[in-house]
Amino acid sequence: MDVSVFQIIWFVLWGVLWAAYFMLDGFVLGTGFLSVFLAKNDTEKRVLINTVGPVWDGNEVWLVTAGGATFAAFPTTYALMFSNLYSALLLLLFALIVRGVSFEFRGKLESTTWKKAWDVAICISSFLPALLFGVAFGNIFKGIPMRNDFAAVNFAYDGTLIGLLNPYGLITGVLFVMLFAVHGSIYAAIKTTGDLSKRSADLANKLWLPLLVVAVLFLGYTYPATRLYDNFFKTPLLLVIPVIAVASLIMIKVFAAINEYYKAFTFSCLTIVFVVFTGVAGLFPNLIPSNIDPASNLTIYNSSSSLLTLQIMTVVALICVPTVIAYKIWVYRIFRARVSNEDVLGSPEAY
Amino acid sequence: MDVVTLSQLQFAATAMFHWIFVPLTLGLSILTAWMETRYVTTGDETWLRMTKFWGKLFLINFALGVVTGLTMEFQFGMNWSEYSRYVGDIFGAPLAIEATLAFFLESVFIGVWIFGWNKISKKAHLTSIWLASVATNVSALIILLANAWMQKPVGYVLRNNRAEMNDFLAVLTNPYGWIKFTHTLLSGYALAAFLIMGVSAWHLLRGNEIDFFKRSFRLAAVWAFVASIGVGLTGDFHAVEIARTQPSKFAAMESQWETKRGVGMNLLLLPDPVRECNAFEQICIPNALSMLAFHDPNAEIKGLKEFPKDLRPLVTPTFFSFRMMVGLGTLMILASLAAIFLSRRQGLENQRVFLTIMVCAIPAPYLAEQFGWLVAELGRQPWIVYGVLKTADAVSKSISATQVALSLLGFTVLYGLLGAIDIFLLVKYAKKGPDKDLSAIINVQGRA
Repeated sequence: MDVSVFQIIWFVLWGVLWAAYFMLDGFVLGTGFLSVFLAKNDTEKRVLINTVGPVWDGNEVWLVTAGGATFAAFPTTYALMFSNLYSALLLLLFALIVRGVSFEFRGKLESTTWKKAWDVAICISSFLPALLFGVAFGNIFKGIPMRNDFAAVNFAYDGTLIGLLNPYGLITGVLFVMLFAVHGSIYAAIKTTGDLSKRSADLANKLWLPLLVVAVLFLGYTYPATRLYDNFFKTPLLLVIPVIAVASLIMIKVFAAINEYYKAFTFSCLTIVFVVFTGVAGLFPNLIPSNIDPASNLTIYNSSSSLLTLQIMTVVALICVPTVIAYKIWVYRIFRARVSNEDVLGSPEAY
Repeated sequence: MDVVTLSQLQFAATAMFHWIFVPLTLGLSILTAWMETRYVTTGDETWLRMTKFWGKLFLINFALGVVTGLTMEFQFGMNWSEYSRYVGDIFGAPLAIEATLAFFLESVFIGVWIFGWNKISKKAHLTSIWLASVATNVSALIILLANAWMQKPVGYVLRNNRAEMNDFLAVLTNPYGWIKFTHTLLSGYALAAFLIMGVSAWHLLRGNEIDFFKRSFRLAAVWAFVASIGVGLTGDFHAVEIARTQPSKFAAMESQWETKRGVGMNLLLLPDPVRECNAFEQICIPNALSMLAFHDPNAEIKGLKEFPKDLRPLVTPTFFSFRMMVGLGTLMILASLAAIFLSRRQGLENQRVFLTIMVCAIPAPYLAEQFGWLVAELGRQPWIVYGVLKTADAVSKSISATQVALSLLGFTVLYGLLGAIDIFLLVKYAKKGPDKDLSAIINVQGRA
């Protein structure tokens, strides 16, 4: 098979890995930054943390894999994406570091000040990645100010951290925050019991309309701000993707309104996945476009690995990814039960 | 300072900080799995209490190892984008494989192990710690194979303005990587065993839980001895491999300036890089260096003067790091030998001097690990990929010195804080000792 076949396979996988990451870490981040509002006391905070306790680390690995796959399949994109967005990624990294340890550290000392401090840390370090990932992807959709000469191996970037906080970047950031907030609150509703579950469900219902408004603004603003729609005009069949995204978004509310929160959660998963797919389908064949020079776009053709590396990575992905999905499903089944106040109070193992 | 120097400092700081936590994870995961195996096969509750106690320390340590690992993956692209672009065709693959093959397994089954005590059967629970532990070891193998490629590049061609892979098997079977892996892995086992002995000794000195800590100590003493001997043996193979493939690193490790045959080893030595000789040499063992390097007393050793000045590593820190690592490793072999001997006799708890030494010995393997990293990575300079790409040419073009200075400051503050908290918690839970009552878990497990 020709190298372009593998380049396309890895473009699709690239999109799938990001979608899987946002779907899975989305509810951890959402539950994380909402926990200060949802939980009324320490026990309820612990309940919320323990709903994500067994799975958050495994979910974050999808990010490591998405990063690793970008490195392996599109090294030039990996190199320029991470170095051009240096300061934004640094903030993201610091937030993810703090979030990871705060789950482990919070319960290790019986001190109110200590726990309060980690509660604040969990809130901020969950909110920041949601916002920053949105801002980063908004800017990727829009294109970043880079001038690349691939033949001469000469790459230049003319952006700043503040420059990323442009209106389109910000609205994508807000979209991600709202998506994860709804996703996280529905997750909390189906994973907790009693009053906490009810409050989480109420919050999900309340947040849905603002999410819809932001989503409509985002979709509208995407037309003048990016070239994402070009592919959809060229190949109208692709419109299926954003249609599923919007339909899923509406179905969240349909099921939430009749208290079918498991189904609402399924649709909030689909919403996130298809929002990511919409963006990725619009980008093709670009991974990161340049907004000052089309010849400088990082595409799957000018930034990919060699045929051999792509072939090896395809075999690895074919074996590993289904295996990972299989045992992850098994693990979600083990921990499918709701977490109650009694559970965390009676378990020395819980966070 | 320029972007290159600042980025080097930041990489060294973040890698060495990461490396405080990883060796203990490697060793303690296996030891915890071993203790739980003993519990499941014998039904003896002391083994369960050991699993829980040492497992708790393992988890506090594990958290920081995981999050600081994320930094490493980000940094290749952030600070070393020209490196990432140039060698990504080869170096990216192991990173992606490490994530899909090892990190998922490790993180998912650690979750099962922490939260699954009363949700799955004893055997399934035991399987989860073994899976997590094996995955941790596999991830070490893969990342060290990637690092070995930077030390001794194999299976590639220079094409399309970059290095492209043409033989994946050669990358996977790189002997440099396998020697480095066994050397590093065993050092992690030794470190964990010394931590268990040190903490046990602290409690034995205070008369706490004598049976519990004597059993822990006895188990750890055997691991420490076997692992320390293994570290020494693989270290010897490693030195031979370095002499063969990275002569400039070997010359710096030994501060050997002139190319000669049948070279001896000076036990006391002080390098003088300015005058390109040694300011001080004493107690020479004839032909020992040639023996060490090529297992041949008359072999020729390439001296540093063989290499242009700008292609030599920093001699003094490489040399001292190597000496410190070897010295500490030797002391560890002696200490673990004594530990085996004394822990098998009656009255270990009364050997107060020895127990005090073992408490004080906890930092020794940690220091040896850090010096080992320094030898490996300082000795490779000025190359980022030995003989192929220089560190100075590998740095990102789009970042400024101010940006890197600020990020280095950020890492220093954040890591300093988290490191202090983590060590504080480790000490607190180590001192607290094992929980007395585990009946809740045993009862529920019986039903599962």
